[in-house]
Amino acid sequence: MADNRADNIFEVSDLRVDVADMTRKPLFGPAPRLEILKGISFTIPRGAVLGIVGGSGSGKTTLGRTMVRLAEPSGGRMLFDGHDIAHLSDAAMRPLRPRIQMIFQDPLSSLNPRLTVGRTVAAPLNARANDPRVGEALEHVGLPANFARRYPHELSGGQRQRVGIARAIAMRPEFILADEIVSGLDVSSQAQVLMLLEKLVAELGLTLAFISHDLSVIRRLCSRVIVLRSGEIVEDAATVDLFERPQHAYTRELLDAIPTPDPSVRW
Amino acid sequence: MLDGRGSIRRRSGARLWLSAAWLTVFVLAALLAPLISPHDPLAQDLMLGRLPPAWIAGAEPGYWLGTDSLGRDVLSRIIHGARIALVVALIAGTATCLLGSVLGLVAGFYRGWADRLISRLVDIWMAFPPVLFAILLIAVLGTGLTSVILAIVIIDWTRFCRVVRAETLNQSKMDYVHSAKVAGFTRLRTLATEILPNVLPTIIALLTLEMGIAVIVEAILSFVNLSISTDQPTWGGMIAEGRTSIHQAWWVLVFPLIALFLTVLSFAQFGDGLRERFDPVLR
Ligand SMILES: Nc1ncnc2c1ncn2[C@@H]1O[C@H](COP(=O)(O)OP(=O)(O)OP(=O)(O)O)[C@@H](O)[C@H]1O
Ligand SMILES: [Mg+2]
Repeated sequence: MADNRADNIFEVSDLRVDVADMTRKPLFGPAPRLEILKGISFTIPRGAVLGIVGGSGSGKTTLGRTMVRLAEPSGGRMLFDGHDIAHLSDAAMRPLRPRIQMIFQDPLSSLNPRLTVGRTVAAPLNARANDPRVGEALEHVGLPANFARRYPHELSGGQRQRVGIARAIAMRPEFILADEIVSGLDVSSQAQVLMLLEKLVAELGLTLAFISHDLSVIRRLCSRVIVLRSGEIVEDAATVDLFERPQHAYTRELLDAIPTPDPSVRW
Repeated sequence: MLDGRGSIRRRSGARLWLSAAWLTVFVLAALLAPLISPHDPLAQDLMLGRLPPAWIAGAEPGYWLGTDSLGRDVLSRIIHGARIALVVALIAGTATCLLGSVLGLVAGFYRGWADRLISRLVDIWMAFPPVLFAILLIAVLGTGLTSVILAIVIIDWTRFCRVVRAETLNQSKMDYVHSAKVAGFTRLRTLATEILPNVLPTIIALLTLEMGIAVIVEAILSFVNLSISTDQPTWGGMIAEGRTSIHQAWWVLVFPLIALFLTVLSFAQFGDGLRERFDPVLR
């Protein structure tokens, strides 16, 4: 690894995000702030696959959107490869953008309905739809190259999600954030997309943060897991340890919620 | 088994082609008016006043749609009237569309003070009754083709602005816009290459509708004698003149009215047809 690259691709310390709480806004004056992330610290080593789990409303999406700077944190530091990106302006962030990609949960809404798949994958590369890199990216995710001419509504859910992945990897990013990318898919396409991700992580040397509320998916894919509850990290452990020896009661609760073939057998 | 989708598609196809056919006739008539109109639209001949259309007893050969009370050929006047209708439809329609759509895109995408300013302007504009507004404007600007076009643009840009702003707002919330940001697109590039293609079908449907509306507005202004000078035939002017002799010579009123009706209807249908045929999502 080159010397000028930080060992940790992400170093997040005391990250805070708050929003204006409109439900408790007084008639006059500003609304009180509602903390969604309450001081989160963790690191992602280069090449790791980090799982981010937590119940609904625990702040997973908020954390993900903040990491790719779709949202600005209200406090804390967030180092990407040594640069603090927590408060970078849009313009200052732009040169770093190709290195940080995101795959969205809802592939239908995250693909432009009036652009062909080819144009969607090509646009971030500033290339044409017939650029060889487009076909290559589609091939990587297991789609035939002629899908480049299709529109998103002409694809199945699993195929759309593959296009989302193709768009992210076509830029050759160092880091990808995936927010619940398999929760909208049926079990067999889930398995296919997960297999694809495993393959891509190994082949491309990606660093991945994988948000999910499904621990069985996390177990399969991730080397390390952080457990989030109401905006705080309650556990941060290697996947093996987390599943073998959960430290926090909330983690055990989540683990118990995983359906197993035999209800009497525990993880 | 019966499949309803096939017949829907066919009907929309017929709609597109029928409206396109009439609009072609309309444009050709306007372009070739001096060549194809059988008579001079301004030539008066009191001996030939109020001749009925060709298929009614008492008609003169060569005056297919009859003559008005001054003996001017109705068909030739309709053909020449198409010229002004076409100019107004194209120029006023396009200019209104550009002004309103750009303001709507800016307000809906950039939000902030630009949105507040533009939205307040639209609110104020909407409070004026449009016909009164038009008459007032013409009184200030003076009569003539340019004033009519200006008046239409000044009054009707809000029609585009409101709809385009709402649609832009909707589209801006979609994940593909966030995705464009993650890909490193500038705001302007996101607006032009991601959002615009999704708002364009709405804009085109509105544009063709507006062309029809522009023709109507011009006719209304001609009808109240506020449009173009009277020595140039316009459909609205013809309708106004025909009204005075509706009992003796109905054709002077009815034929320009039909031309007006078909043109306005065709513009609207053409827009919808285009949208259904060329929008990848609806197709
Ligand atoms: N704009 C906002 N205004 C107020 N509250 C918000 C806003 N956005 C998020 N929240 C709140 O912040 C909390 C975290 O939301 P977030 O979407 O990050 O949860 P999540 O962990 O992704 O949940 P899920 O698993 O259901 O997707 C929730 O309680 C949510 O209600
Ligand atoms: Mg979420």
